[in-house]
Amino acid sequence: MDRLYFDIAHLLAGGLVLTSFMLLYQDRLYALLNTYALQALVLALAVGWQAHIQHAAHLYITAAIAVIFKALVIPFALHRMVAQLGVHREVESVVSLVPTMLAGIALVALSMVVMLRVTEGADPLAREDLAFALSVILLGLLMMVTRSNAVSQVVGFMSLENGLILAAAAAKGMPLVVEISVAFSVLIALIVIGIFLFRIRERFDTVDLQALDDFRGERR
Amino acid sequence: MTLAGDLVAIGGLLALGPAALTLSRVRHLSSLIYGGVFLICLLLTGGALRGLLAGAAPEALTLPLGLPWLGAHFRIDALSGFFLAVVNFAAAAASFYALGYGRHEKAQSRILPFFPPFVAAMNLVVLADDAYVFLLSWELMSLASWALVMAHHREGDNARAGYVYILMATLGTFALLLAYGLLGGADGDLSFSGMRGHPPSAAVAGAVLALALIGAGSKAGLTPLHIWLPLAHPAAPSHISALMSGVMTKVAIYGFLRIVFDLLGPAAWWWGVPMMATGAATAVVGVLFALLHNDLKRVLAYSTIENIGVIFIALGLSLAFETNGQGTAAALAMTAALFHMLNHSLFKSLLFFGSGAVLTATDERDMGRLGGLLNAMPLSGLFMLVGAGAISALPPLNGFASEWLIFQAILLSPSLPSWTLKLEIPAVGALLALAAALAGACFVRLFGVSFLGRPRGEAARRAKEVDRFMLGAMGALAALCLVAGVLPGYVIDALSPIVHLLVGARMAPQTDLGWLAIAPVAESRSSYDGMLVFLFIASSALLAAAVIHRLASDATRIAPAWDCGFPDSNPATQYTPESFAQPIRRVFTGFVFRAREKVDMPAPGDPRPAHFGLSIQDLVWDFVYRPVTRGVQAGADRLNRLQFLTIRQYLSLVFGALVLLLLALAIWT
Repeated sequence: MDRLYFDIAHLLAGGLVLTSFMLLYQDRLYALLNTYALQALVLALAVGWQAHIQHAAHLYITAAIAVIFKALVIPFALHRMVAQLGVHREVESVVSLVPTMLAGIALVALSMVVMLRVTEGADPLAREDLAFALSVILLGLLMMVTRSNAVSQVVGFMSLENGLILAAAAAKGMPLVVEISVAFSVLIALIVIGIFLFRIRERFDTVDLQALDDFRGERR
Repeated sequence: MTLAGDLVAIGGLLALGPAALTLSRVRHLSSLIYGGVFLICLLLTGGALRGLLAGAAPEALTLPLGLPWLGAHFRIDALSGFFLAVVNFAAAAASFYALGYGRHEKAQSRILPFFPPFVAAMNLVVLADDAYVFLLSWELMSLASWALVMAHHREGDNARAGYVYILMATLGTFALLLAYGLLGGADGDLSFSGMRGHPPSAAVAGAVLALALIGAGSKAGLTPLHIWLPLAHPAAPSHISALMSGVMTKVAIYGFLRIVFDLLGPAAWWWGVPMMATGAATAVVGVLFALLHNDLKRVLAYSTIENIGVIFIALGLSLAFETNGQGTAAALAMTAALFHMLNHSLFKSLLFFGSGAVLTATDERDMGRLGGLLNAMPLSGLFMLVGAGAISALPPLNGFASEWLIFQAILLSPSLPSWTLKLEIPAVGALLALAAALAGACFVRLFGVSFLGRPRGEAARRAKEVDRFMLGAMGALAALCLVAGVLPGYVIDALSPIVHLLVGARMAPQTDLGWLAIAPVAESRSSYDGMLVFLFIASSALLAAAVIHRLASDATRIAPAWDCGFPDSNPATQYTPESFAQPIRRVFTGFVFRAREKVDMPAPGDPRPAHFGLSIQDLVWDFVYRPVTRGVQAGADRLNRLQFLTIRQYLSLVFGALVLLLLALAIWT
């Protein structure tokens, strides 16, 4: 039975990394948002499974937060925003897809090597989850760095936060208060960034941050 | 007085600073503040001396201040007690002096709020028993003294002096912070008792020694970190200069002693080598520059650098002897170092007070415009002469006693087994002898040019004797210089518990010898009797004076044919400070400084005046500080680009740093 628990947890955490790669691969805004919702759903499942294994009731709340806010509210809000912004729905990337994917694979390898070595002797379940969580965080950062579209940077940031929640759920004993406050800070960040998005669009008719650099007279 | 009492008194000092701010409208505020500081410091001196002479046991106290998990540890042992006495006695003398001197001060409101906290901070440094309290007090000491240096910030180069000072003070504190970090070890134990319990490994200990040399050395004025000292010390008002030069440098040495002799555990044999080398270089550089400058207070500041060098030589000698198992020789060198510290705090304060008296009387610091002050200010001149004699190490004054002890220790060096030390110590001794001789020349120049001869300017001609407070403070210090010189045996015996604490051995009791003589090694080898020398000098001088008066005064004198070489009464025909130093300047130019003389002599028949120009350049600036400032400037120019990156580039920087660290972790473990 333990073996099955472990495998399912492993599968769900791995699924999170997979959705991170899917996020990296998207070049349409709506598809990106849908993939993000999918990732949030997978996260909710992973956290819910952890709650089941650890018999930790508060993790169910975390999973519920993930479903309600991350899988429904935020993608919906971003959908509306993109629609209202009326910008073209393509993701402008600075680095093309193939090198990004390769870099992503390298990052996953790196986080595996680091985490598995550092957490030697810890609970195998937590070890795997931590390694996957670090991969998700790094992939989120990679997405923020390689995309110049503001919306996709926001999504990168959110997926980074998903990695944090996965790590927190795996490491037993993270208080619920912290998780809730993290969730809310992300929500606030979304609002702030949303306002910025509109301001940027007002001025430059695009959410491509490259336009800001051009405006400052920087060369590409 | 107990440690708790000391701390209450220091708290009182700290409170006087804000009090000076709030009471700024009270009349005679300066007398109130200085009087308060004087009384408190006198109390503290008395308490420290009593504890020292009675051989009181170390006493520790923890107050619930500062870092919550650490508290503030204070401790007084023989070493702290000695420095407490030195600091507070000089501070008491300075406040007494300031009762008179402060009246002529225009920028009262910029001095009074900082003076008591400055004194309090020096006290706290000495009493601190954990790195946190130590560094906090050290920094308070730096900042308060910086504020005092900046009291007359609109005059001349004072703003630049303050800038250089604060930079060097920051560097010093930073080095000490690192030193304590290394001493604290992996678990970061900041209390001194914890550090004592876990002496670091040899390599770490070497690094701590280097950091302590930089940290304490920059405050004390070790070359090449001395550059701020001749700028900042003269810029402050004279009683502050006296404290900075006479006492703050000693507090820096206290920090060095505490780290190297107490916290660092057993010493390695080579530790003395860099200490003696920098000490010797500092002594020679300090005294050479003292000879070149005309500003009274700057000369004194440079001479402080020289004396710090002398003290560091003695400390290095003590370490060299101690690590080679020669306990009594180590005790001799350490006694000499502590004795010289005490002496320097006395006569350097005295000399700065004297220069303050000259400043009050003439409003002039340039020796080239003084002269003949002895007639107008006989008492100040006499005290200045005592100070000059003491600092030039003339018997029977105290400077001679301590420098003689250092030379006695140097003469013991052939018994050391290490060839490095065997070769280094005689060379250091030669440099020390050079420095001592040049110091004599320097103070002959200082006293001769400003107090003897005829006035070179209107200001010097109108000079008047200063008030009783200033004379009283100078007189007390001068008397102590004489007493400590005549009765060195008592001082050496009083220092022996401290020496025992630091090097684990002590000199033989000197007061048992009788006739007030001292014999540092063995009576057969060398001994010195200050009282005898004093009596001989006094009696022979009186006898000579009597004989001359008796025989010469009665004779008929017909004056003047050639007027004893003074046919022209123009004071410009006298020796100037530049001309006095010229031979030495020419011999040593290009070595530690570059002196350029420019003579502009008009052709015969040309009526324009001839000109003589002299420019002196400190090579330390050229070879150490210019490259550093250039490097910092260039680096800052490069890094400037980082201010103008795009959001994505900043994110990439963070991302890159994270990946790099993870990679390092992956490869390293």
